[in-house]
Amino acid sequence: MPGYSSRHLLFLQKGREVMLPTLSKNNTLAKRKALWAYAFLAVPLVFYSIIRIYPAFSAFYLSLTDWDIISSKKDFIQFANYQRMFQDKLFWKTFGNTIKYVVFGLPISLLIGFILAYNIDRLDVTADLYKAVYFLPYITSMVAAAWVWRWFFQPAPIGVFNNILTVLDLPNRKFLSSPKEALFSILTMTIWADVGFQMLIFLAGLKNIPAQYYEAAKIDGANNWQLLVRITLPMIRGTFIFLLITGTIRYLRIFTQVLNMTTQGDGGPLNSTKPLVLYIYDNAFNKFEMGYASAMTVFLFVFILMITLFQMKVTKDEDA
Amino acid sequence: MKAKEGCEMKKRGLFLLVALVMVILPVFGNGGTETVAKPATSEKKAEKTEIVYWQYYYETKVNLMDQLIKEFQAANPDIIVTQQTFPYEQYNTKVAASVPTGTGPNVINLYYGWLPSYIDAGYLQSLPESVFPTQKIESEFLPLVDAAKFDGKYYALPTAVRSLALIWNKDLFKAAGLDPENPPKTLEELVVDAKKLTKYDKNGNYIQTGMSLQLNGQIHHWIREILIRQFGGSPYTEDGKTVTYNTQAGYDAFKFLTDLQLVEKVGMPNFMTDDVTAFKAGAMGMTIDGSFRLGTLNAVPELHYGVAEIPSFKGVKSNFSSFWANGITKYTTGKKLEASLKFLQFLTSEDVMSRWMTAIGELPAKKDLSNDPKFSNDPKFGPFIRGLSYTHATKFIDEAGQRQVWLDAWDEITLNGKTPKQVVDAAAKTEQAILDKYYKK
Repeated sequence: MPGYSSRHLLFLQKGREVMLPTLSKNNTLAKRKALWAYAFLAVPLVFYSIIRIYPAFSAFYLSLTDWDIISSKKDFIQFANYQRMFQDKLFWKTFGNTIKYVVFGLPISLLIGFILAYNIDRLDVTADLYKAVYFLPYITSMVAAAWVWRWFFQPAPIGVFNNILTVLDLPNRKFLSSPKEALFSILTMTIWADVGFQMLIFLAGLKNIPAQYYEAAKIDGANNWQLLVRITLPMIRGTFIFLLITGTIRYLRIFTQVLNMTTQGDGGPLNSTKPLVLYIYDNAFNKFEMGYASAMTVFLFVFILMITLFQMKVTKDEDA
Repeated sequence: MKAKEGCEMKKRGLFLLVALVMVILPVFGNGGTETVAKPATSEKKAEKTEIVYWQYYYETKVNLMDQLIKEFQAANPDIIVTQQTFPYEQYNTKVAASVPTGTGPNVINLYYGWLPSYIDAGYLQSLPESVFPTQKIESEFLPLVDAAKFDGKYYALPTAVRSLALIWNKDLFKAAGLDPENPPKTLEELVVDAKKLTKYDKNGNYIQTGMSLQLNGQIHHWIREILIRQFGGSPYTEDGKTVTYNTQAGYDAFKFLTDLQLVEKVGMPNFMTDDVTAFKAGAMGMTIDGSFRLGTLNAVPELHYGVAEIPSFKGVKSNFSSFWANGITKYTTGKKLEASLKFLQFLTSEDVMSRWMTAIGELPAKKDLSNDPKFSNDPKFGPFIRGLSYTHATKFIDEAGQRQVWLDAWDEITLNGKTPKQVVDAAAKTEQAILDKYYKK
């Protein structure tokens, strides 16, 4: 279409109510609308710049100082915080825990989310009910949910899970009070809360697959498995990549549930559940070591950035 | 053309609006959440001096303080005191976060274990000798108050102090065939009674424990200042700068404590989530706690409990005490400083102290009052007050960090099967590093 910039094309794609006046009034209305859009976007942009982006960047500077929040002196100590970080065993332990959360948690939550979405997609009447039931945990307050699960995992006589084990004559488990089981106990709760979100996005992806493809394949005699592998999965690749990237970031930032499910939020027993973010928080706001905490924040930032770029690159390469 | 110009005007107006928002937003963003009186403003109005007082939210404390402020203002009509409170869990973080902004209270209530960091950062000013002479403080106040003394100067003073005592459930004693009026007086008796008070289900899970082992509650004080001393050691050198519990006494004391779970099986940490919940629910025979807990326990009418001095061992008695002290921030000057000092004098008066004990359950910080038979023979407060005569206040540098040392030591023994010697040595090393970091900078 001659005379149209790419921005107008975007509007054309979005809806006809925008396109029609654009044509008749020689673009001014579209310009004004765009301007208004920018104006409204400017408010959150400014807000985020001040509340999030500026503090995020000042972390880079703070990571090179020994600032302890409460004293006015802020000595520039170059890379001493980073040196200390690489020698800090607890830093590596918490970083390892964070990786465990991602590696064990995300695939399971994606898989369950997809299975739920795949099956709910085939329902007619009760689909909304199931959607609501599985999505409910996601909109529940994480703090409240964490505390309820914390009580579930208690030893008998007050822990529900151990009471069930007792009734079934099975040996009780330590759950949150064992360094081996605690991380997975917390992960169970996290997946329970997370699955609803994955399900909903997968569902949106599934709904976007044109029905003709399935009809054509069925005429050719494809079975359900072939439909799934040859049509459904390739068609929701975009959805999957989106969930993979956002999920990775979300699991790398696990914090609330650990703070609330471990005794006095210490990420125990013996730091076995403490994620890097909690260790950063601890250093910044309990030990007041803001400089050191900033250094670890920068590390986490770079790590998340690299992971995300890597994921985007890999998935793009496959597209080509 | 006119229409187009109008459009341009509108555009310009729009950008002005956006620019305005950009400028105003951060101002409100900061001002809206912080209702903190900025020092050195609003002084001119009506010649009244306004000072701000901060403490954490604890209902009885806040109510009493409101009442006290009213009385103080009636006696000093030129002073206005504003009380602001924050939830206990976030209190220290909140205070720390307010420091770099240079805003905040004039008089502030701080846990004595936090004082070193704040004094070191220059947040508190030392109390002037002219109003609070060191000699007078030391002759009037209990000796443990010197935990607020740094480089020969006092930086804060408490209204009240706290010590520990053994609290036992009389009904559970009766049910276990024990004399409900005769709590254990020695550690040996404590073990015998605790065993009788413990009940298990068929899988060996506790349904009732004999003794609190809530290390992150008060039990880490029991090991540090009481058991280690009773087993013949001492936790630190006199100046509090060096850890000295990595000796046989320390190993024995910690073995005794962990054996209560591993060998005697009379309890475990976090039973029913924590000791207070378990004791209130009538599922724990004995606990060690502070006088400030009595209010919580009194709120459960069906709970019949008694208070006794901490059991002795080999004839050694010991106790741990702590306090929340009021200090004055560095940016409080001129008239505000005068008003703050007056307010602090009021808060450390004997009248306020005795009312504080009745209302809050914390013990008077002055010797004369705590020696008053009216207080020391009280059936519930008496054991706490008598404990003050042989008490120790740990010179904490990083209370949470120094507590974590013992939590980890406990887990290493009960979960990873290490020996008391191994874990106590490791604990000493970690804690010494915390102390060194503070004292050697």
